[in-house]
Amino acid sequence: MIVVTQAPFAVTLWYSFRGWNTLTPGSNQFVGLASYRAVLSDAAFRQAAVVTIEMTASAAIFSMLLGTTLAILINRKFMGRGIVRTMLITPFLVMPVATALLFQTTIYDAVFGLLDYVLSPFGVGHEDWIGAHALASVVVVLVWEWTPFMMLIVLAGLQSESLEALEAARVDGANAFQTFVSITFPHLRRYIELGLLLGSIYIVQAFGEIFILTDGGGGNGAATTNLPFYIYDKVINAFDFSQGAAAGVIVVIGTEIVAAITLRLVSGIFKASEVMG
Amino acid sequence: MATELDGRHRHKRGTRKWALGHFWTAVTWLIALILFFPVFWMVLTAFKPESSAYTDPPKIVFHPTLTEFSQVFSTGSGAGGAGAPFEHSLFVTVITVVLVLALGIPAAYALSIRAVKRWRDVLFFFLATKMLPYVAAIVPIYIIAQHLGLLDNDWALVILYTGFNLPLAVWMIRSFLLEVPKEMLEAARIDGAGVFTELALVILPIVLPGIAATALICVIFTWNEFFFAYFLTTVNGPTVPVFLSHFQSTEGEYWALLAAAATIACLPVILAGWIAQKQLVRGLSLGALK
Repeated sequence: MIVVTQAPFAVTLWYSFRGWNTLTPGSNQFVGLASYRAVLSDAAFRQAAVVTIEMTASAAIFSMLLGTTLAILINRKFMGRGIVRTMLITPFLVMPVATALLFQTTIYDAVFGLLDYVLSPFGVGHEDWIGAHALASVVVVLVWEWTPFMMLIVLAGLQSESLEALEAARVDGANAFQTFVSITFPHLRRYIELGLLLGSIYIVQAFGEIFILTDGGGGNGAATTNLPFYIYDKVINAFDFSQGAAAGVIVVIGTEIVAAITLRLVSGIFKASEVMG
Repeated sequence: MATELDGRHRHKRGTRKWALGHFWTAVTWLIALILFFPVFWMVLTAFKPESSAYTDPPKIVFHPTLTEFSQVFSTGSGAGGAGAPFEHSLFVTVITVVLVLALGIPAAYALSIRAVKRWRDVLFFFLATKMLPYVAAIVPIYIIAQHLGLLDNDWALVILYTGFNLPLAVWMIRSFLLEVPKEMLEAARIDGAGVFTELALVILPIVLPGIAATALICVIFTWNEFFFAYFLTTVNGPTVPVFLSHFQSTEGEYWALLAAAATIACLPVILAGWIAQKQLVRGLSLGALK
């Protein structure tokens, strides 16, 4: 376990201090921090960092908003509830590569795409969705994929709510909105935070969707190049293993800082659950 | 639960509330249908002949055909047939899930029922490793796999996927183990049960649904994984997602073929998810907050 997860990191660290570019023979030797300097002074790297944050934050937040809404909607008894829940969890089960390919072709296509057709009554013509709105196209796909996950976590929160508290609020004469704000939402908060944390861990890694939908392009040329795609580009297209490795190490340090902050948040959840059980 | 509460007070509600309830039901159905539509459209397109897949406006009525499905498995077609990729994916997924459970159950046990010292630190360590971006590790993994002769080898993927699924699995299984009543464990210990007997006869029967949920989540992530599979297996041993990704560069009309391939590729996981959705809900919720 430790070997599988940590050894690659150790080797990454090793290569990040060397100047290995397979296009330059004899470059595989110790160069100290040169790769780090090269990466940090690379405007494309900084842009990729910004894109990663934008993409992850918007996808996580929008899927959480939609997921929470849906969780509240299906946490009632109504006709066909089972079918609706089945339909709603399906996007999470579909292979992301298939999702990206199908959105690229049957939905976003400028000539035969569904989106054009559906929006044509609103005066939308043959729009090149991926070309004109690259980042939004990727985010929409990510939101579609992750909404079910967020919904399930919030739904779990709703179903674990204490009935006594709800009943007490009703007896005290609180209306549905007041009950939601003062009882349901504080209870749901931990679930929402956790859903955002777990979802972000995966969304930060998004690669296949970008690889297929935009190949990192859009806007001024790199509007959808997030950090995973940047490293892929460094290694595969520029053959610069060391800069790829250095970028990887920087990404790990950055993520660990964010992780340390969010884990502190989750540790609050741990303590709370211990008191409960 | 909340729904019982609804039921108890239903007779007190006025007509307005009744209408409001129907309004929200309609809204729920509408959103569900919109979100499900891409999946429905994928299956529908899969039954179209190519000429009906490329129409403006898009066609709902057409002569259904199974040609595209048989084309997916024919090795003569552009992407080389789905048979071999399916075998690779099946092998990798089954072995990975077995390994994850075999390693994850004892680890979770040591973090809950017989908690080792500093268990919280260990648990955080497990979660923190989950946050390392996969892509940061691709260079060394590629080099290591090359040195070990594991490129284009299913076992390279098995080792990687086991490593990457284990943290979440340990976390989830631990949460299920915490559900086991302490009295039952004490009773078993008084009766002289050893660690193994306790695990096999007392704990496992109780947490089996949870284990199923954990296994399902590992199946979803393993079957659908693209990044490592793309880098490590392209030449001889592509998995299903890699096979599918080759459609991107297809020339000419290929949407119906693509939809048929995608439908077949997604079917195993979608069916498993539908069948086990109750466990999935329970699994995610408990895994989330214990």
